[in-house]
Amino acid sequence: MDDSMRQLDGNAAAGLLAEIFAVDVTSAQAMCNGCHAVGPVAGLLAYGLEMGAILRCPGCGDALLRVSRLDGECWLDLRGMSVLRVSTRVPQEPDGS
Amino acid sequence: MRDVRIETPGARTLALDVPGWRDHRPGQHVDIRLTAEDGYQAERSYSIASPPAGERIELTVERLDDGEVSPYLLDVLRPGDQLELRGPIGGYFTWEIVNGGPLLLVGGGSGIVPLMAMLRHRAAQGSPIPTRVLGSFRQFDAMLYRDELEGFAKADGQLGVSWTLTRAQPPDWTGYRRRVDAAMLADTGWPPETRPLVYVCGPTPFVETVAATLVDLGHEPARVKTERFGPTGG
Amino acid sequence: MGSGFLSRGFSGRRVDPEVARRLPPGQYLESDFPVMSAGPTPIVPTGAWDFRIDGNVEAPPRWTWEEFLALPREKVTVDIHCVTKWSKLDTEWEGVSLDTLLDGLEYSASYIIAHCDGGYTTNLPIEDVTGGKAWIAFNFDGDELAPEHGGPARLLVPHLYFWKSAKWVRRLELVDDDQPGFWEQLGYHDYGDPWLEQRYQGD
Repeated sequence: MDDSMRQLDGNAAAGLLAEIFAVDVTSAQAMCNGCHAVGPVAGLLAYGLEMGAILRCPGCGDALLRVSRLDGECWLDLRGMSVLRVSTRVPQEPDGS
Repeated sequence: MRDVRIETPGARTLALDVPGWRDHRPGQHVDIRLTAEDGYQAERSYSIASPPAGERIELTVERLDDGEVSPYLLDVLRPGDQLELRGPIGGYFTWEIVNGGPLLLVGGGSGIVPLMAMLRHRAAQGSPIPTRVLGSFRQFDAMLYRDELEGFAKADGQLGVSWTLTRAQPPDWTGYRRRVDAAMLADTGWPPETRPLVYVCGPTPFVETVAATLVDLGHEPARVKTERFGPTGG
Repeated sequence: MGSGFLSRGFSGRRVDPEVARRLPPGQYLESDFPVMSAGPTPIVPTGAWDFRIDGNVEAPPRWTWEEFLALPREKVTVDIHCVTKWSKLDTEWEGVSLDTLLDGLEYSASYIIAHCDGGYTTNLPIEDVTGGKAWIAFNFDGDELAPEHGGPARLLVPHLYFWKSAKWVRRLELVDDDQPGFWEQLGYHDYGDPWLEQRYQGD
């Protein structure tokens, strides 16, 4: 099986990121420190999902977000992103309330 | 697990009762973890196929021949058995009627599963939001949800459903017979001027090609959401 | 998710006792060879490939692919253990021992840092890569090492967790002070002995 069939994106890291962040980060917009491209965290290319998550810029390949899943602990390295825009609005309930 | 429904020779839908489940958003997924007596664990993500409906959720699971979790879910799990799951997960690849439209959903293989949650939600709410769906499968017996979607489309003037079979087609097939391309997306989708919300899901090569083609056709990248499934995903 | 839950009928990876004693604590036998990477598979034609040793070394050496393949090579059969809990026993590799590469060099170092295409790094004590413990491997299971598994060449240090066996290695830097590599900076253990279950910092 070639690499492309295995490739996942930031959506696949949502479960792990939900253990760390109180709000959904996958829909947040991140700016790549390397090439300044902006896009949703869900659109970053995901690697290393067995050990944590390494989310890379689809343009230049730099790692914007690195997180490890250890034993009862996660280490998070965000040096690859310069800005993260996160919505803090509560998602509207389906019944409108 | 309460109930099993056969979808195709290689896929089944499992209905799960999850006490304490809070309503999910269509498009979200769950993580299922299996634990053996010797402590060995395997974990996989599955998109929720059903719209929010209390404590019952449905997952459509496709068989992966060398998979670890799908053979268990398809061959071993019996009604009454318990599963360990985490969710709902994911805040990006979701759509609800409050998000509006028009809506274009493009799914390859099991990528149609999260899109089906969106469509079932739309139908359950009786929403008139103009919606078009394009489902791509290798062959006829791999098609998921065909009867249900054709049924929705018959009853709903605002819903259009198109299919393509990319490898083999039955003799009386009237749908498309090739991989999704610009012409097919232009014919089956919405004009970019209508600024549709687009959701594309499936294996990575499919998602990347379709998303790039949609942008080439003039759709705004910020309005095209993608979810890549690996061979074990979905 | 809580602990203590068992999935009825999920058979896991039970092995016979002869095999079990060869598995470090917490490991399970794997028959496949899972592909795990921190980034995309680099594409490096062997014509563009070279291997260097630098840092605290006199006259830092460099080998082209042809020169590298001309070095004395060894076939080894070893067990490998991944921190994600899978182990493969009796894996067959062919490569150049680090003893061969360091032979005749004037250097002083307590640690090496492995630098790889794609930016991956890992750190090891010098005594853990000398004395017949480490190779730069270019063949696996009788065939050329596949790119997804680290080809053209990877570091092979089987007595430590397999994240230390850095894929796509291009350069070894000889240093005095330990410097945590890619996964070590994220909390994985600096040393990584599977028999002491040194998976994470502080273990």
